[in-house]
Amino acid sequence: MTIDLSRTKKIIEKNKDKKGALIGILQEIQSVYGYVPRESVDLVAREMSVYPVNIYGILTFYAQFYLQPRGRHIIRVCQGTACHVMGGKELLDYLSRKLGIADGQTTKDGLFSLERVACLGCCGMAPVIMINNEFYGGVTIQKLDELVKEYSEKKG
Amino acid sequence: MERKVLICMGTSGVSAGARQVAENFERELEKRNLSGKYQIVRTGDRGLFRDVLVDIINPELGRITYQYIKPENVVELVESHIVEGKVLEKYRTKDDYKRFFEKQKRIVMANCGEIDPENIEDYISSGGYKAVKKVLSMNPAEVIEEVKKSGLRGRGGGGFPTGTKWEFAARVNASPKYIICNADEGDPGAFMDRSVLEGDPHAVIEGMIIAGYAIGASEGYIYCRAEYPLAIRRLEIALKQARKKNFLGEKIFGSGFSFELKIKQGAGAFVCGEETALIASIEGKRGMPVARPPFPAVKGLWGKPTIINNVETLANLPHILNKGGDWFASIGTEKSKGTKVFALAGKVKNTGLIEVPMGTTIRELIYGPGGGMASSIPFKGVQIGGPSGGCLPEKLLDTPIDYESITQTGAIMGSGGMIVMDQSTCMVDIARFFLEFTVAESCGKCVPCRIGLKRMHEILEKITRGAGKEEHINFLGDMSETIKNTALCGLGNTAPNPVLTTLKYFREEYDSHISEKECPSHACVDLIKFEVMEDKCKKCGKCFKVCPTGAVEWKVKEYAKINKDKCIKCKACINACPFMAIK
Repeated sequence: MTIDLSRTKKIIEKNKDKKGALIGILQEIQSVYGYVPRESVDLVAREMSVYPVNIYGILTFYAQFYLQPRGRHIIRVCQGTACHVMGGKELLDYLSRKLGIADGQTTKDGLFSLERVACLGCCGMAPVIMINNEFYGGVTIQKLDELVKEYSEKKG
Repeated sequence: MERKVLICMGTSGVSAGARQVAENFERELEKRNLSGKYQIVRTGDRGLFRDVLVDIINPELGRITYQYIKPENVVELVESHIVEGKVLEKYRTKDDYKRFFEKQKRIVMANCGEIDPENIEDYISSGGYKAVKKVLSMNPAEVIEEVKKSGLRGRGGGGFPTGTKWEFAARVNASPKYIICNADEGDPGAFMDRSVLEGDPHAVIEGMIIAGYAIGASEGYIYCRAEYPLAIRRLEIALKQARKKNFLGEKIFGSGFSFELKIKQGAGAFVCGEETALIASIEGKRGMPVARPPFPAVKGLWGKPTIINNVETLANLPHILNKGGDWFASIGTEKSKGTKVFALAGKVKNTGLIEVPMGTTIRELIYGPGGGMASSIPFKGVQIGGPSGGCLPEKLLDTPIDYESITQTGAIMGSGGMIVMDQSTCMVDIARFFLEFTVAESCGKCVPCRIGLKRMHEILEKITRGAGKEEHINFLGDMSETIKNTALCGLGNTAPNPVLTTLKYFREEYDSHISEKECPSHACVDLIKFEVMEDKCKKCGKCFKVCPTGAVEWKVKEYAKINKDKCIKCKACINACPFMAIK
């Protein structure tokens, strides 16, 4: 797969002279490509005169950055305190078994990525999962089965 | 009385279909030529999770609140309530709704659920931006004096007096100075900042302008979690509107004071709640704390004096300046003034945000607005203050909520997360859970936090697996003390609290894991046999219904049985059983 680097270039141009812009640039790159490609990192390093290792230092420090392409549907399972008490860990274990991937991984067909998140901040609806940008509260194992089926069949 | 329809559009409301409900109201009113008569207000969350809450206000029936409203219920509501003038009792909130609100005192949350957060006029007509105007006619030292008089203390966890903190920065002769709003609400179990940002973003902005004027800052940042997309969007809208009105920008209200605000999105690191780490993150670096002093108030962002205040702290400011420091100081206890918003969740009936005066007891909060336990399984403990806090037992429920009293128990006020646990929650597992979190979130800079917490977590894992030893208890105690005393920042200093408090108040649970290899709460999966206890089973079949593999065998009026060959130990049955009948 070749990466269209012109979009990275544009992002760098736009932000280059702003103070403390590096994290913002990487966030924008990720929102364009869905992850931060190695080629983009190299370009940012050259243009901003920083070492790639410093950029990777940032990318691996913050939970939000991804160095690999992710699945079409991102399932985030909340592991906050309220969700833990209400069975959030069991949901994550079950999904992991069902999809055959550990958290942080993507299914072979590229359909689902599974992620654990520390807290989605809707503790009153615990246990909570988020698929793409939709929140689902009061989730049970049955509901997970239904949701995975629903999203598997979703086109686009 | 105006005619209005209020629709709760916080994250929880939206996830339950609030957008469609609002659209349906617009359509149904239009169909009946009533559009001009009723104003539809899309509000933030008012703090109670009842899916979509809808208030209809008119002079004929007053204000009636409906709960769990689905898009398809709207026609019926409009027809009955608005056209025929009859309250639709089946959707109306019950006594528990009234009980949730009656003991609360809403200052920070006053506008949440009442105004449209995307409309600055709504905020202005509720008294918004009056405080800024007033402040600009005072001199900065007077503003600081007023805040000191109010006794306001930082709501993000530390509880440091806000006015005193400002004074440090105001005294430094340097330029520029910065104000930062810490909206990186990372504590698992806390969501008040999110609701304030989503429900009343202008209050936070107004608070920042006041703080900026007081310390002489010309610029500010709102550092908000990227996990809160709705909050960020509403902040962006609010900033744009405020600029247009010249509440932000050059020469605010024609005064000599200019102030500008930017949003910075966090990238997902709990440690960035720590002041120096947050500053590093805004500067575009790894969010690693540095030793203090110098404190950020003297040397902060880009080496300049910087004040970091939490969302809830800032949202209190307009009220304090409008009504006076003495008014605020009249609420609460001797050393903790005003109110505190708590995020109540876990095994209680009413989960949500509850704002009460300082000095209210934990019991009053859980059994008043919280409505008591959610099921027949009895109370075991309450976790206060997130990963830096602790678990408190029943006998401490009458502790008043103020900074000093809570700290004395071994927990901390923290940002106000409060998770209620019943007898089915294992306290050793909770300690393990929090350590898992802090181990993952430790930035790795200092040894006590990076390695010490990891060792503690390994031991707790062993205990929950049934491989614990007697000497592990002493190890946990010693290591906790060492880390508390030697870690670089607040994350490490407080990370042992969940272990220390569970050891102190729930020691017997550690003992039964270690010596009897039993988890009394039937929560630790390696210690569960997955057997139904017939003396406790009420033959209800709930376990049967939730089992995803068909391992639970059950017929009406018979005890359930678990076929261990089919069981995948997912614990669905245990979580569903209201009688704790599976061990």
